[in-house]
Amino acid sequence: MRPIEYVAPTTVDEAVAALAEKGDAARPLAGGTDILVQLRGGRRAVDRIVDVKRIPELNELSYDAQAGLRVGAAVPCHRIYEDEAIAAVYPGLMDVATLIGGIQIQGRASLGGNLCNAAPSGDSIPALIAHNAVAEVAGPGGKRDVPVEDFCTAPGRTVLGPGEFLVALRMPTPPASFGASYLRFIPRNEMDIAVAGAGASVVMDGNTVTACRVALASVAPTPVLAEEAGAALVGKEPTDDALAQAAEAARAAAKPISDMRGTAEYRTHLVGVLTTRALRNAIQRAKEA
Amino acid sequence: MPSEKIHVRTTVNGEATDFLCEANQSLLEVLRDVLYMTGTKEGCNDGNCGACTVNLDGRIVDSCLVLGVEAQGATIETIEGVATPEGLHPIQQAFLENAALQCGICTPGFIVASKALLEREPNPSEHRIRHWLAGNLCRCTGYDKIVRAVVDAAGHMGGKS
Amino acid sequence: MTTVEDRNYKVIGTRPIRHDGADKVTGRAIYGIDYHMTGELWGKILRSPHAHANIVKIDTSKAEALPGVRAVITGRDLPVAADMEVDDGETSINTMHLSNNVMAHRKALYRGHAVAAVAADNQHIAEDAVNLIEVEYEVLPPVLNGREAMKADAPLVHPEQTTKSMAFRFDPGTDTGEKSNIAGRTEMRLGDIDEGFKQADVIVERVFNTNWVHQGYIEAQNATVLWNNDDSIQVWNSSQGTFNQRQLMAEILKHPVSKIRITPQEIGGGFGGKIPVYLEVPAAVLSKKSGRPVKMMMSRAEVFEGTGPASGSETVCKMGATKDGKIVAAYAELVFEAGAFPGSAVGAGAQGMFTTYNIENILIHAYDVVVNKPKSAAYRSPGTPQTCFAAESVVDELAEKVGIDPLEFRIMNAAKEGDRRADGVAHPVMGNLECMVQLKESNHYKSDLGGPNRGRGIASGYWGNAGMPASCAVSVNPDGTVSLAEGSPDIGGSRVSLAMMTAEAFGIPAEDVIPIIKDTDSIGYNGLTAGSSTTLRNGVAIAQVAKQAIDLMKARAARLWETEVDNVDFADGVFFSKAESELKLTFKELAGKLMETGGPISTAASVAPRGAGPSFSTHMVDVEVDPETGKVDILRYTAAQDVGVAIHPDYVEGQVQGGAVQGIGWALNEEYFYDDSGRMMNSSYLDYRMPTSLDLPEIDAILVQVPNPDHPFGVRGVAEISIVPPLGALANAIKAAVGVRMQELPMAPYKIVKALWDKEAESNGAG
Ligand SMILES: Cc1cc2nc3c(=O)[nH]c(=O)nc-3n(C[C@H](O)[C@H](O)[C@H](O)COP(=O)(O)OP(=O)(O)OC[C@H]3O[C@@H](n4cnc5c(N)ncnc54)[C@H](O)[C@@H]3O)c2cc1C
Ligand code: FES
Ligand code: FES
Repeated sequence: MRPIEYVAPTTVDEAVAALAEKGDAARPLAGGTDILVQLRGGRRAVDRIVDVKRIPELNELSYDAQAGLRVGAAVPCHRIYEDEAIAAVYPGLMDVATLIGGIQIQGRASLGGNLCNAAPSGDSIPALIAHNAVAEVAGPGGKRDVPVEDFCTAPGRTVLGPGEFLVALRMPTPPASFGASYLRFIPRNEMDIAVAGAGASVVMDGNTVTACRVALASVAPTPVLAEEAGAALVGKEPTDDALAQAAEAARAAAKPISDMRGTAEYRTHLVGVLTTRALRNAIQRAKEA
Repeated sequence: MPSEKIHVRTTVNGEATDFLCEANQSLLEVLRDVLYMTGTKEGCNDGNCGACTVNLDGRIVDSCLVLGVEAQGATIETIEGVATPEGLHPIQQAFLENAALQCGICTPGFIVASKALLEREPNPSEHRIRHWLAGNLCRCTGYDKIVRAVVDAAGHMGGKS
Repeated sequence: MTTVEDRNYKVIGTRPIRHDGADKVTGRAIYGIDYHMTGELWGKILRSPHAHANIVKIDTSKAEALPGVRAVITGRDLPVAADMEVDDGETSINTMHLSNNVMAHRKALYRGHAVAAVAADNQHIAEDAVNLIEVEYEVLPPVLNGREAMKADAPLVHPEQTTKSMAFRFDPGTDTGEKSNIAGRTEMRLGDIDEGFKQADVIVERVFNTNWVHQGYIEAQNATVLWNNDDSIQVWNSSQGTFNQRQLMAEILKHPVSKIRITPQEIGGGFGGKIPVYLEVPAAVLSKKSGRPVKMMMSRAEVFEGTGPASGSETVCKMGATKDGKIVAAYAELVFEAGAFPGSAVGAGAQGMFTTYNIENILIHAYDVVVNKPKSAAYRSPGTPQTCFAAESVVDELAEKVGIDPLEFRIMNAAKEGDRRADGVAHPVMGNLECMVQLKESNHYKSDLGGPNRGRGIASGYWGNAGMPASCAVSVNPDGTVSLAEGSPDIGGSRVSLAMMTAEAFGIPAEDVIPIIKDTDSIGYNGLTAGSSTTLRNGVAIAQVAKQAIDLMKARAARLWETEVDNVDFADGVFFSKAESELKLTFKELAGKLMETGGPISTAASVAPRGAGPSFSTHMVDVEVDPETGKVDILRYTAAQDVGVAIHPDYVEGQVQGGAVQGIGWALNEEYFYDDSGRMMNSSYLDYRMPTSLDLPEIDAILVQVPNPDHPFGVRGVAEISIVPPLGALANAIKAAVGVRMQELPMAPYKIVKALWDKEAESNGAG
């Protein structure tokens, strides 16, 4: 790895200053499970690393039924799935926190890092979208909120401007009869990058779907919200036919490429399979909620 | 441009341990090449094999994906701290009795990871063990005897952890 | 034939704790890269980004100017090695090629080919320096596929290379004079193939492809080398054979073999991949240039791209059987991609392919073809997994066509002692049939699959095993223990197995033997820890040194008892007088009296045994296939293997289990994924996808013990064969589960889904 400068600010303002001063040549460090691999492999070069883990706001993990959930951008996965209250209310989040990497990776990897890394395959992103998450961004111009579905702009790129960084992810408290799920396909059972992934959330009224969101990973330059797929189910009972329509809409939203992880044709097919399965799972959870 | 060395204070295996490192050195590199604690192994240097597993403030992590400077103030446990003057840890003994190592390069990582599991969950199922250890690659054993060793160690440790 | 039970072993067959165990579970064991020297530098290699390119110019000045850089070298700093064939144990290589492989001379022949190297104060500076070296390449079109490379108009990897034609596997061959990427062409012929197919009622012919795979050892290649001021070279590294590496280094560096000493450190896996030399040579030259010890270790990407994986292959396989189930003819054409230099394992693959069965008419054409990929190296039963995947798939189809259960069909056709292999050699005593029969009697075979989309697959395999020389020495300690000096790096517990044979011979407990692995100047020549030969060949040497030592001790007992040495005998660890029954001394008691009876006793022996004793194995696997995603779940796995005599059954089982899991990885997910320019796209563990613990069930190992009659302890090699059957077994299981015959490895999920689509389209078309 090239020589780097390491700074560990303890306030949001200090971090903004440390980042702004260096522009593109500085990057935040959360769990390091993406950035250190990229720096070592020469895929990214920076002069300064800004360790954001010593800023209290970035380590905050809090939930209350009024305000909803706040996940500091540097909170590692294990803290999320070890918090039973949160795991129960945000099942889609629980799904991703337990599947990123293996136990060692989950000891460090954060959802904030997963989002800011902006990989098309970022597993947490569809789940965050399904949970209507909003990204809280701080920068030289103060704070702003960005819906997660608008956060990633291209592979490895986000809406963050010079000096800006992610402070936290906020998710509203789900309504009654809410269920969510994230499923991905990998050839192994752990430690693998999604060939395709689908996150889904539903709100049920009896056996009728009243709200639905579907988001996809690994099938476009960024994770995508498949609005039509969700819309296809709203106001309907989740019959096989209705689910098939939602899956078809999800397939239409997928614009995959062929690479070593799978052909475009196969990925599109998987989107249908995973969307159906994730929706069934979410519906089941909504009924149990 | 050789960058300036940073003074880092940690506790390693219960001992106050200070070291000097550059910002681009991983904790793995610091352990191995600065502190000469070569029990922690490098298999991939990118988080995929678990050979470099150490316990950092109570969680197992891949030390190749931690910077040495990040360990400021941290408590670190490595394979060198698992046995005591009284003898091997039950997990180490179980690895030997079950022939859970062939070449042994993966073994320190597996032992540190298994120890963290059994301290948390004294009686894990076989499936849970396989899940917990999925971040540790072994190319020699096919994992069969490793899983048996952990089951066996759990039996021996019963109640203690 | 004696059985294991007849032999009444006291130590062999027990499960003592390995002698290097405490070191290895505490992190104290010193592996290659753990060895440190004061003043050491870190070296780093610059590798070609192109699969095929002429090296026009290398400018190292910027790298040399970087503070902290101590030496920079290129191919010009290596002597030009002689054009000479050497057998490196399991495959062969020409020394000039080997030299070119460790450092490209004029041409880069694969992406990852070493082009230059740097030694610097630390690894980060070395890395930076490597990036400052400027290389001007003239990029050439790469040839990346064996079949394509064979075509007359294919670009030539080595423009001067001509084809060598061989009538059998180790035939020196005749040069055809044809310029071609085909380096070698071998034929194996038994009986009359046309006549054989005439007798057949059913014939199956298919084409199979396998992709390149890596051994995947967790410890990357590494070396610490000191070129001293007296021109002696010292190497501390981890390899599968110090003496072989010493020889290869001597050839490449044109340096006297006696001026190179290799001290083996612990080794973190090899599976064939740590037979060749790589970093040792540039590290030596960098050390010479800098005057300091130089340490090098490959990154994981370098291991994938810059070492020797197992060849990709194409196999055309055609077999015929009579309607009552006798296989009467087998034909194959094998195309193996050797990589950038000739010397794939195609010969061994041909020899192993049909060997499990008694087939009277066989014809095999085997091609060794160079392409712009890394030079292939040995990988556990080299060549045979690829070819047996093809043969075992076709055998299953034949069984289906004649309506016989696949295991029964194999039993009916199993080769037995005296039957002939494809190369005409008759089989010795071996347990092929016994494996199949024991599998048939297993609970697994009798169990139900219990669900839809599930299938059971069976496949068999053969591996010949190797002999190779060995040297050992023992010294008897005054406390009745024995120190065993040996020279074979211990990769999977060989210290304990060797100690157990020694203990058996001396009639003492395994714990009373102290096995130590020596450097190349401290013990006689030893072959490779490869070819499943370590326990076998050292066992022969141990039997000899033990006999010598016991004979010397008999003379001491005779002196004590004031009798003729012929009156003294030794059994079960006790020396006794044949004349007077009350005269007895245990080994330990007599060991304590050596000083007073004439001084210490130590003995040494070097051997070059023949009669390695072949390995046979049959595996059975149950899978469930998700027809929507193509994912294969392994539900149950049993491997039956003839292991001769299991010295330490745990470590024998470990070999069976480990090999089976490597085979599973090869079958399902592992592959070198190349783009059109010859760049490997998945050179990390993340994307290469070796199996994790969560991908596997327990692997049951059935140890069938048919002792090798040519070995003092009945040993036959056990380490390699287990990787051969899984590929075919999984293909057959997938066929049984969802009805598609997979002909290409890996049988990745997307390929299975594609095959299911094709099958559906076909049946729609037909219906
Ligand atoms: C073995 C292994 C397995 C993996 N498995 C998975 C998997 O299954 N699924 C998956 O999606 N990913 C996986 N990953 C990738 C990675 O672990 C995740 O993306 C993880 O969530 C990243 O979080 P982090 O905290 O480690 O991020 P870091 O590496 O610290 O940061 C990631 C990126 O985000 C930037 N960043 C971090 N924090 C902030 C912030 N607060 N504001 C702005 N920018 C910020 C960094 O500069 C960097 O560019 C795996 C990685 C490894 C090594
Ligand atoms: S070396 Fe750290 S995970 Fe492999
Ligand atoms: S014992 Fe060799 S890698 Fe696990």
